[in-house]
Amino acid sequence: MAEKNLLQAIHDGLAEEMRADETVMVLGEDVGRAGGVFRVTQGLHEEFGPSRVLDTPLAESLIVGSAIGLSVNGMRPVAEIQFADFILPAFDQILNEAAKFYYRSNGVWTVPLTIRAPYGAVHGGALYHSQSIEAWFCNTPGLKVVAPTFPADAKAMLKSAIRDPNPVLFLEHKRTYRLIKEDVTDEGHEVMLDKARLHREGGDITVVSYGLMLYTALEVAGKLSDEHGIGAEVVEPRTLYPLDRETILNSVKKTGKLLVISEANITGSVSGEIVAIVSAEAFEWLDAPVMRLGAPDTPAAPFARSAMDAFVPSAEKIEAAMLELARY
Amino acid sequence: MAIEKTRARHESLGLGEQDLLKLYRHMLVARRVDERSWILNRQGKAAFVISCQGQEAAQIGAAYNLRPGYDYLYPYYRDSGMTLLLGQTPRDQFLSILGKGEDPNSGGRQMPGHFSSRELNIVTASAPVGVQYPQATGTALAFKMRGEDGVVMASGGEASTSGGDWHEAMNFAGIHDLPVIFLIENNVYAISVPSKLQVAGSIAKRAEGYGFPGVEVDGNDVLAVYEAARDAVGRARRGDGPTLIEAKTYRITAHSSDDDDRRYREREEIEEWRLKDPIIRFEKYLFDNGLLDEEGKEAMDREIKAEVAEASEYAENAPFADPEDVLTGVYAEA
Repeated sequence: MAEKNLLQAIHDGLAEEMRADETVMVLGEDVGRAGGVFRVTQGLHEEFGPSRVLDTPLAESLIVGSAIGLSVNGMRPVAEIQFADFILPAFDQILNEAAKFYYRSNGVWTVPLTIRAPYGAVHGGALYHSQSIEAWFCNTPGLKVVAPTFPADAKAMLKSAIRDPNPVLFLEHKRTYRLIKEDVTDEGHEVMLDKARLHREGGDITVVSYGLMLYTALEVAGKLSDEHGIGAEVVEPRTLYPLDRETILNSVKKTGKLLVISEANITGSVSGEIVAIVSAEAFEWLDAPVMRLGAPDTPAAPFARSAMDAFVPSAEKIEAAMLELARY
Repeated sequence: MAIEKTRARHESLGLGEQDLLKLYRHMLVARRVDERSWILNRQGKAAFVISCQGQEAAQIGAAYNLRPGYDYLYPYYRDSGMTLLLGQTPRDQFLSILGKGEDPNSGGRQMPGHFSSRELNIVTASAPVGVQYPQATGTALAFKMRGEDGVVMASGGEASTSGGDWHEAMNFAGIHDLPVIFLIENNVYAISVPSKLQVAGSIAKRAEGYGFPGVEVDGNDVLAVYEAARDAVGRARRGDGPTLIEAKTYRITAHSSDDDDRRYREREEIEEWRLKDPIIRFEKYLFDNGLLDEEGKEAMDREIKAEVAEASEYAENAPFADPEDVLTGVYAEA
């Protein structure tokens, strides 16, 4: 047991899977000698060699497309998209190809593929190193979209993703890479890709969130409990598609109030899907209108620090929203 | 001075009589299945047909070099000649064309021409053009990483070379000397757009820029395609890297059963190409070399037509895909 941040936990998960299974490999831009722009693959090139830790040309459709081809011929590739903002050239390969291979071949061709992509706003990242892209992928049957927040979950879920026979988009909030640390076991902790996590129990409101917003919401929830005696129950979906509806619904049926917080643009977001599920299936338990907090419908986080801080929901805004809902 | 008889082309290629008759037979099977498909469409039984007619030599000459179930094929939607050669049957084709539950490609989920067979290593195909090329390079890379001598063939029409996926795959294949063969069946039309509006310069010559050989071959000459593909497959198997083959051919039918090609091409042009029909051409070769005669040809054709009729009848009577199935098989079980 050792304390690890999110970066280290993901690195360790990759390394352990590569040691355990020689068909596991990573490919992407700068993943080799450089160890990735965020250092997630640091040391893997030395340990596993240049073919299992493969520097690819700068071509995202090729990265995912070739990974599909590797996966049908006995390999378990982990493809890295350097920034989630750059994933669009691979959209066709992910949605039309990887996600549909199994269904369209009537269950004959599986694509055991993991695609890692750092997402989320970070100071200095600006429009094209900041986007929360999850909604683009969360209406694609055949694809799993996961976004773990905490290091131990991330390591365990990466291992589950690699072992999963289906394509998994594995999203990592880059502002949490070094921010969140916790004890991570070397082996054994298993997290399947279909279960949300209840972080905190409470009877007054339910908060559903993931990524940096979850981390902030948990801090705010502690503060509200201490200062106002408000019990916020906090649920992390962990897997954004398909959603674990039951855990979310059970919580809302208990508290009667729902706030969903994410960093994505609010319209057409995963948050929208969560409130739709709750509105349709827990309507009679609701004591307040469902609430959402997210980024405004402007293109993406701006470069200037002041402007980015106005774009991403702050701890103050989260606290205000939770209080407003609790007091409704 | 003694006159030495020139060796026949097929002898120089190391092909025996059985090889030639197999090539011919499969070209004819592909043609007859295709013709029957159009009848099923006109009868209102088949919703959609997409043809291989005119491209049988390119497909069968190339695929004859593959080891079914070991090498991988990434076909495109006209490649029924290839899939029939590798081991799919006319019955399989009709089950697919008619959307029947037993359709081995997709269980009635996909349009005809979207081939798939796990046993034959025919990787499931889709409709977006060119997506198969990056996938093919990955499959080839897996062979190379394991030190196996498997090869991958990926095919498409000339329009599939216009998009980024093809170029990304060519580049990657060149960088890593991957055991992959890019077979471009240049049939002059992408639906209505002629190759002169699709292709700048030469497709075959583009390979040079990516650092590996590209050859242009008469796609209606089955022996010429066989030879080019044999050399390419040999190179790939030896670990010498990829090859691009551009087989110049012609799409005899409209793009599909939903297309009316009178809007964009002259009848005379098609008639000219009908004279260069790869099946007629190969027949002449076989006749000239005393490997087939009129009687033998008719007997073979009768046999094939009977097989095709039986396969079609079976498929027509087979049950449609179960509507309940639409909800299943989205995710593989972990």
